Amino acid sequence: MDSALLVLIIAFPLAGWLLNGGLAGRLPRRAVGWLGSGTVGASFLLALVAVRRPAVAGEGLTVTLYRWIAAGEFAVPFSLLMDRLSAVMALVVSGVGFLIHVYSIGYMGEDEAYSRYFAYLNLFMASMLLLVLGGSLLTLFVGWELVGLCSYLLIGFWFARPAAATAGRKAFVVNRIGDAAFLLGMIALAVGAGTLEFGGLTVSAEAFAPPVLAAITLLLFAGATGKSAQLPLYTWLPDAMEGPTPVSALIHAATMVTAGVYMVGRLYPLFERAAVTLTVIAAVGALTALFAATIALVQWDLKRVLAYSTISQLGYMFVGMGVLAPEAGMFHLTTHAFFKALLFLAAGSVMHAMGGVVDMRRLGALARPLRWTATGFVLGALALTGFPFFSGYFSKELILERAFEHGRGGLLALVWAAGLATSFVTAVYITRAAVLTFAPPASPQRPRDAHPHEAPPVMARPMGVLAALSVFGGVLGARAAGAPLLLWLQEFFGLEVHEAGAPLGLTLLTVTVGLLGIALGYAAYRQRREMRLGAIGVFFERHWGLQPLYDEVITGLARRFGRALADVVEVRIIDGAVNGVAALAGRTGGALRRLQTGYVRQYAAVILGGTVLLLGYWLLR
Amino acid sequence: MELIIFVAAAIGALAGGVGVIASRPPVRSALSLLLVLGSLAVLYLALAAQFIAALQVIIYAGAIVVLFLFVIMLLHARTGEARAEKLRGQRTAAVLLAAGFLGVIVAVLRSRPGAALEAAPEGFGTAQAVGRALFTAYVLPFELASVVLLIGIMAAVVIGRPSGTRP
Amino acid sequence: MTVPVGAYLALSAALFALGFTGVLVRRNALVVFMSVELMLNSVNLSFIAFARQLGAIEGQVSVFFVMVIAAVEVVVGLAIIIAIFRTRDTVDIDDVDLLRG
Repeated sequence: MDSALLVLIIAFPLAGWLLNGGLAGRLPRRAVGWLGSGTVGASFLLALVAVRRPAVAGEGLTVTLYRWIAAGEFAVPFSLLMDRLSAVMALVVSGVGFLIHVYSIGYMGEDEAYSRYFAYLNLFMASMLLLVLGGSLLTLFVGWELVGLCSYLLIGFWFARPAAATAGRKAFVVNRIGDAAFLLGMIALAVGAGTLEFGGLTVSAEAFAPPVLAAITLLLFAGATGKSAQLPLYTWLPDAMEGPTPVSALIHAATMVTAGVYMVGRLYPLFERAAVTLTVIAAVGALTALFAATIALVQWDLKRVLAYSTISQLGYMFVGMGVLAPEAGMFHLTTHAFFKALLFLAAGSVMHAMGGVVDMRRLGALARPLRWTATGFVLGALALTGFPFFSGYFSKELILERAFEHGRGGLLALVWAAGLATSFVTAVYITRAAVLTFAPPASPQRPRDAHPHEAPPVMARPMGVLAALSVFGGVLGARAAGAPLLLWLQEFFGLEVHEAGAPLGLTLLTVTVGLLGIALGYAAYRQRREMRLGAIGVFFERHWGLQPLYDEVITGLARRFGRALADVVEVRIIDGAVNGVAALAGRTGGALRRLQTGYVRQYAAVILGGTVLLLGYWLLR
Repeated sequence: MELIIFVAAAIGALAGGVGVIASRPPVRSALSLLLVLGSLAVLYLALAAQFIAALQVIIYAGAIVVLFLFVIMLLHARTGEARAEKLRGQRTAAVLLAAGFLGVIVAVLRSRPGAALEAAPEGFGTAQAVGRALFTAYVLPFELASVVLLIGIMAAVVIGRPSGTRP
Repeated sequence: MTVPVGAYLALSAALFALGFTGVLVRRNALVVFMSVELMLNSVNLSFIAFARQLGAIEGQVSVFFVMVIAAVEVVVGLAIIIAIFRTRDTVDIDDVDLLRG
């Protein structure tokens, strides 16, 4: 029965996709929404059941479905695996996913393509669970690609809007770049280790020479940067906000983007032996975190603030992975799922109330009419800043602490410094967002006909659950409470465990920095004051100079290459060749035509000429 | 004796040949053709082909040339050769080809010196001899030849009919 | 002095050459036709010569058939020339160039 559990976890949402997709339009609206949510809820429950199986805590519960690839000595069975790591992911994914599905029932209630929405969302859930529960790197990759597809479908859900369609395409293409690296790494692994199953890879980790291992892990990490929107492949995530807000909450905050982090954790036996790669991961994570946070500071679109915030927080998770604290990274992944999803859902509630307006310059003074939403947002914001004893506090603290220790006395200390700076900026930008959206006075540009009303229960209750988790979820990793999740994962990763807590000074420093940020944010932006950031603001807005680089250099190059291909290769060479053949045939015909003079005597002369020649040849041989 | 006959007939044939191709009025060409045919009949006799010689005179000289003359008269045959030669190089080509052809033949003849002719067997070339062959070994072609003649007649009638008449 | 068979053959070749020169050079359809007859006759001569040399009556039988067919050909050919003359009022074969491409 164990095997059935894992299969069903994936099968339920898959069935939901087929039913909602196939019977679109024929089911009543309510049925569609609850069917879509129900399948995910079922997955969550099944995951809960599966987690208690002894095998999961041990070497993992494996199910082989069928012999997928068998080429000589290389074999990859299609298998599922639930061990401690994937159990955590599965629970987070299905749990938060369920809440967001329920929220969607209300949020997307007026939309025409209701069935299509839930079908795609279920497909996404099935794909993400496949990714998480995959028993081999190849199975994971299948899920990886599928979630990429679903992301494209859902970002471009309102495909009639050019911006949405472009954003979907952009997400897919940028992801693809990362996937190319991922594939290369995977192939190298398959060649070197002879297997792609996780069990086998773990065992063979030692067999790789350090440079080879470094190369492979770097390639794999490059793939992770694409999916998890780290530098340099981050550009798709802000644009992905064109999709419906629950999609942003689910895919681009809580689940899909964390797949990169999960993948690193999954292959940690490989990564932990590649010191160079780990350094790169930590550096990229830290840099991205700071980078994205500064950009979030100068955004006007509420959802984009949250998008850049996600990129930034993902950077934190990678820092955790890079400083040999993978359990910290996973813990932050979990708490982030809680509070970021909450923040997005609150933003969605705001949009729902204000008729789709999401530009903060037109909002303001929404705390009174949207009490529940505002509270949720504030709680989520506090968790994000790492306000003491909220969930985010524990996870962020842990990462900073481990970064500090890991980088003690070396260049890696910069990682910690960047993380601290990011904390500050994070606090500022999220406070800014909260103030501009909820605090009085209202914006003079507020839409005339707006009657802000609180969200209906079907939307409010999931927010409530997430709020509770954001506030109290820290208990999973709080030392005082025994840090159950942390210890559970720590054992799994099998690395050295640091018993000593952080030096008090460090913790105080971090907390102070956060509080300072909140204070600054409030002071600077209340009463809708515009804090002029001047040149620095412009610098942030242009992505530290990357935006012109991407737009002009990279896309410009690509565009010119495309133009060259279209104008030169296509028109002159290919079309030219084809037309040339036709022209050649024509001209040959035209030339040969001149033989047909119509004069019998000339024909006779030719015939006689040939005859004489033949005669000569035969007779004189 | 035979030599003299040969030479005379040969000269006649060649002169007639030149006359056929070189004469301006078509009538003169036709009469030159007659000379050729006559010379050839003589040569056939010298080559022990009496029956064929007779046929030559009857069919060719007697019928075909007459037919030509009738048509020439019917058409007032205009030569139309007052105009300049339209096709360039045609004359040159003709000369070259003739030279080439003759060259080849002469070379072949030189390479195999032919034996002198023996005396003809008894009854060779008579109507009897030819007839025997025609009615035994070649009776099928003989019958078909008559069919061909019939077809030729019908074709000539049809083609030569003035247009507009009903079948 | 007997005449070697080669002489007859040489004569035949000469007549043949004269014939095809006429075909190539003359424009009057009737003269061309006569040149063709000349060529046919030259071939007949060589047939007869060989028949004599080899003592085979088949040579003469061939000539017989050649004559028959030549007769038919002349008949039909002249009919055609007449028909063309009726529509085009010319016997210049260069004027019949409808096959020009």
